Amino acid sequence: MKTQPLIIAGRTFTSRLFTGTGKFSSAALMEEALLASGSELVTVALKRVDVSDTNDDILRHLGHPQFHLLPNTSGVRTAKEAVFAAQLAREALETNWLKLEIHPDPKYLLPDPVETLKAAEELVKLGFVVLPYIHADPVLCKRLEEVGVAAVMPLGSPIGSNKGLLTRDFLEIIIGQSKVPVVVDAGIGAPSHAAAAMEMGADAVLVNTAIAVAGQPVHMAQAFQMAVEAGRMAYEARLAVPVAHAEASSPLTAFLD
Amino acid sequence: MSFRPIFEAHNWDDVKASIYAKTAADVERALAAPRRTLEDFKALISPAAVPYLEQMARLSQQLTRKRFGNTVQLYVPLYLSNECQNICTYCGFSLDNKIRRRTLSSVEILQEAQVLKAWGYEHVLLVTGEANQTVGVDYLEKALHTLRPHFAHLSMEVQPLDEEEYERLIPAGLNTVLVYQETYHQQDYKKHHPKGKKSNFHYRLDTPDRLGRAGIHKMGLGVLFGLEDWRTDSFYTALHLDYLERTYWQTKYSLSFPRLRPAEGLLQPKVEMSDRELVQLICAYRLLNEEVELSISTRETPTFRDNIIRLGITSISAGSKTNPGGYAVAPESLEQFEISDERTPKEIAGMIRRQGYEPVWKDWDTALAPAPI
Repeated sequence: MKTQPLIIAGRTFTSRLFTGTGKFSSAALMEEALLASGSELVTVALKRVDVSDTNDDILRHLGHPQFHLLPNTSGVRTAKEAVFAAQLAREALETNWLKLEIHPDPKYLLPDPVETLKAAEELVKLGFVVLPYIHADPVLCKRLEEVGVAAVMPLGSPIGSNKGLLTRDFLEIIIGQSKVPVVVDAGIGAPSHAAAAMEMGADAVLVNTAIAVAGQPVHMAQAFQMAVEAGRMAYEARLAVPVAHAEASSPLTAFLD
Repeated sequence: MSFRPIFEAHNWDDVKASIYAKTAADVERALAAPRRTLEDFKALISPAAVPYLEQMARLSQQLTRKRFGNTVQLYVPLYLSNECQNICTYCGFSLDNKIRRRTLSSVEILQEAQVLKAWGYEHVLLVTGEANQTVGVDYLEKALHTLRPHFAHLSMEVQPLDEEEYERLIPAGLNTVLVYQETYHQQDYKKHHPKGKKSNFHYRLDTPDRLGRAGIHKMGLGVLFGLEDWRTDSFYTALHLDYLERTYWQTKYSLSFPRLRPAEGLLQPKVEMSDRELVQLICAYRLLNEEVELSISTRETPTFRDNIIRLGITSISAGSKTNPGGYAVAPESLEQFEISDERTPKEIAGMIRRQGYEPVWKDWDTALAPAPI
């Protein structure tokens, strides 16, 4: 069985596993792991690459046709800084796709909802395909949808924490009411977390740390690939659920007899 | 963007066939699912769900209590006019019905309002036929201004209006608009509405979108049971609600379940919907959507209404008159349809209390709405 492809802003993705490029021990290992993951959307921090160097180590290892680069604005603290960074990224990497990340808090790197909404609105007007990284806030997701983002990327738990889907209840609400794809980003630490997000109906997951810092990143990348596919397949096949029959002591519908 | 492309992507016959093909396993899965989908809803309204009705009722009761507590809201219709330029095969106000037409003046509206106020009502539903010359947006705006100081919440069930007209009425005090599609069966819709502006199926279908864009606080949806297959029509209502909730996410929604009632000069229902089937539908909607308000009118019998409030209903009308001036001005004028529950609001409130629920007369405040002009 083939699962349904994912379409974001008119672009079709066969793989629903999005990956990051940070924290690998070498660019060569990153390349090997990302190829093993089957990922087609790879986020890269503008701050990590030297856009003036055509032979930049990271970019050089990402030069495969299946990789669609998603520059991110990691490091900016305000909407103004994000818009500036986005314009730089567009010019340097020749893509109008952008993972919008604004985290003024250097400790937990939690996203700023106010600045993110402000920046998203402006960036959409400037022609960017905006994928904002946000807290799992259902109302914020609707507000972002209204300003025209291409997807929302709520966090499962604090970035890099590997704690999994601590925001599960809110992710369920977001998935239930979203009109744009929902990509669970941040906190996914194990393939089982990724599978659980996909079983819930998330459109994709983004994984970085859990692959990059694994004992064997290439094997872990493959494990995530399988988990995402299994989770999606289970979602599309409609999961069986536990049955809890209510016991009728005094039937509510007896008046119909 | 509007609901129309979604509507057009669903073929009536295919939807109907898929509902009737649902099995007991589909129903059991739907009952057990933590979040129910529109496919689950199909299973719950299907004939396969009939043996599970008691279980559905229990779940519906639990979910309703979780969200709404042990309360039932009270509202009352206030008919402003029975003038109408439409021919509807099921309605007493139909243009081809030779009845005496009447439209209340501002003074008469206030006389009516006094009675409703004395009964304790704060939520009033204004109803008219469709006669744009006499009961157009100017008249409606004036009526809202007249009533605004006296009631906490004003709803309206009148002809569909343009977006700009809704934008004009909302600041005048309009909180809620009810607009029923009557039936989502496009071909049969034409048969039931052969003449008048109402015969434009798409204008009616697009009305919730216009309301959403205008920023209405709450809107009510529904179909008229008796015109077409109730299961298929109810699925389309659920589909419409699902789209609206995702799109106009700051708006509240309610659903109503009018079954065709006898009225002057109208046809017999094409489809009979039994009490059991109506209970199944109400419970299915609750199982699909924990937040939506579910409303029942005096079209239903006292026995049915007494029992249904425990199964998912959150608002109920009482003491209703369906003729303009029916409360004080002209109690004997011709009504839109016959009601089935003649009990007074006080008696209904007592019944609600005896069932272990609190009758809620006021659940809104003008301070929460845009400031009146």
